[in-house]
Amino acid sequence: MTAQPSFLENTGSRKGILAWILSTDHKRVGLLYLYSMVSFFFVGVTIGVIMRLVQLTTFQHLVTAQTYNALFTLHGVIMIFLFVVPGLPAVFGNFFLPILIGAKDVAFPRLNLASWYFFMIGATLAILSLFTGGGAPDTGWTFYAPFSIKTGTNISLAVFGAFILGFSSMLTGINFITTIHRLRAPGMTWFRMPLMSWALYSTSWIQLLATPILAITLVLVILERFFGIGIFDPAKGGDPLLYQHLFWIYSHPAVYIMILPAMGAISEILPTFCKRPIFGYKAIAYSSMSIAAVGSLVWAHHMFTSGMSNVAQMVFSLLTMIVAVPSAIKVFNWVSTLYKGAIDFQPPLFFALSFIFLFCIGGLTGVMQGALAINIHIHDTYFIVGHFHYVMFGGTGFAFFAALLYWFPKMFGKMYSKKAIYASWFPMFIGFNMLYFGMMILGMMGMPRRYYVHLPQFHWMHVFATVGSWFLALGLLGFFGTLLYAIFKGEKAEDNPWGGVTLEWTIPSPPPLRTSKRFQPSPRAPITSRRRTRRD
Amino acid sequence: MDAHTTSEAQAHPGYGTFIKVWVVLLLLTGTLVGLSHVGQTAAVWGLLTLTPLKAGLVFYFFMHLKYEGPLLKAVVLVTLGTLLIFFALLFSDVAFR
Repeated sequence: MTAQPSFLENTGSRKGILAWILSTDHKRVGLLYLYSMVSFFFVGVTIGVIMRLVQLTTFQHLVTAQTYNALFTLHGVIMIFLFVVPGLPAVFGNFFLPILIGAKDVAFPRLNLASWYFFMIGATLAILSLFTGGGAPDTGWTFYAPFSIKTGTNISLAVFGAFILGFSSMLTGINFITTIHRLRAPGMTWFRMPLMSWALYSTSWIQLLATPILAITLVLVILERFFGIGIFDPAKGGDPLLYQHLFWIYSHPAVYIMILPAMGAISEILPTFCKRPIFGYKAIAYSSMSIAAVGSLVWAHHMFTSGMSNVAQMVFSLLTMIVAVPSAIKVFNWVSTLYKGAIDFQPPLFFALSFIFLFCIGGLTGVMQGALAINIHIHDTYFIVGHFHYVMFGGTGFAFFAALLYWFPKMFGKMYSKKAIYASWFPMFIGFNMLYFGMMILGMMGMPRRYYVHLPQFHWMHVFATVGSWFLALGLLGFFGTLLYAIFKGEKAEDNPWGGVTLEWTIPSPPPLRTSKRFQPSPRAPITSRRRTRRD
Repeated sequence: MDAHTTSEAQAHPGYGTFIKVWVVLLLLTGTLVGLSHVGQTAAVWGLLTLTPLKAGLVFYFFMHLKYEGPLLKAVVLVTLGTLLIFFALLFSDVAFR
């Protein structure tokens, strides 16, 4: 094969940063998302560490109670809307979806670049809201009415930022659905698609169907604040619970927007390092779709203490239990894939296994909360904070890291130091469990969330969790430091360093600008189920 | 290419159809206004039944859904079906509160 210039090299008329921010190439757009999101992630981490420091009495003078309210609001907005929701679809979906299905690019490349601009504009507005208007928003990332309508802080700009971010998400969803329907290579039938593509497909449907509801809800908050239309204001005959319903109709499925692509990445990583086909390909593909469908119908389990009707509580409790079934199908299939596999312990697998462990804790504690009797007691305590960090960070975050380690050699053509990654994993994993398991214990003890101060009986566990946050931050710095070093100084990576069988491993590392690789439809089995051989 | 050309040709049904649909929409709007004078129950049932019908006509003719392929029709159906399920679940709270 004649060597083509890689997509990282500038071959067009535009030079420097313009060659990136005006490029419609799906791989460059994917990297633009990666760089922006990792930057926002570290802002969120810094805020998180400060919030933990505040819980040590020694450091409480760092911020006031009002600033603490702003910090947890901003931490939530940044981590949810700027990191975990766009996370895997925006980075790995953009970069790899067309390659995985044998397409040249996504269906609408210009719309794809526009999505990134919407993302950056929304992020900028959200951050601007800190320093303008009546000061940083203090409602928490949920912007619950009626407080969000009454507070004098700069809610309007923050929710407008989230509204714009929603457009980025919807446009990406439309793009991926169209790409998968229209641009699969000949022979790439639905059940030969890699499971990552299935995961992105189901995620895109949630993005398309649920995000507009959040967008409309946030516009209603703005209208309420500016014109007092009264839709959420009980004083004017409005219903504040309607806000909670509308908000969670999007925001609970958003959890699946975060976790489904993560599960897709894990379904790619495990068979590669077990040197055997994925167990239960179709079951995993169908479970992605059923998680997307059932997961969109469970939102009101966030509202069990809100005063909604008993009938609704029972309905949503039942639906919440049901959504655990397809999630469990995935976990059983992953474990079955590992069984009797020729396991090759490499950093991506290490993080993928960490994901399964942490996601199981997050998932099972979620089923606990689906039970009404338990939920009433632990609602709005630190238990909830611990639980959703296990799902979002232990689940999506660790899967993001696993996916990054898995595809990094392909994306950048460089290999990182595996020893440094293992060394980073250790404080990251230990610190994570100290921090978030500590929070779950605090919640069980009765510590409410979002409190600036705490009673003396909670202090020792706060100290324990805060020390955990230091380990976690140290591990994250080591992890991203190692990857950053590898981008500039890393050894050249092979085209297929892990022995993967999906299409991205058949092209050079980093990929050339034009990556269309025609799919050879000879085997009847799914592409992820072809026989693998152990790498020497 | 042929399919594309055919689709474009079919996408313009002619002003006659549009005017007929428009007249039907006007009649439905008139009926809704009339029902609002009959009483609240009639007005609510009118809104629940005739408004989706009006929206359906707009989707079908003015937004050219009639001339699209089965895939796009399925997408719209899934979207509207999802919305209906959301409404039903919301009523499990509002109707029993």
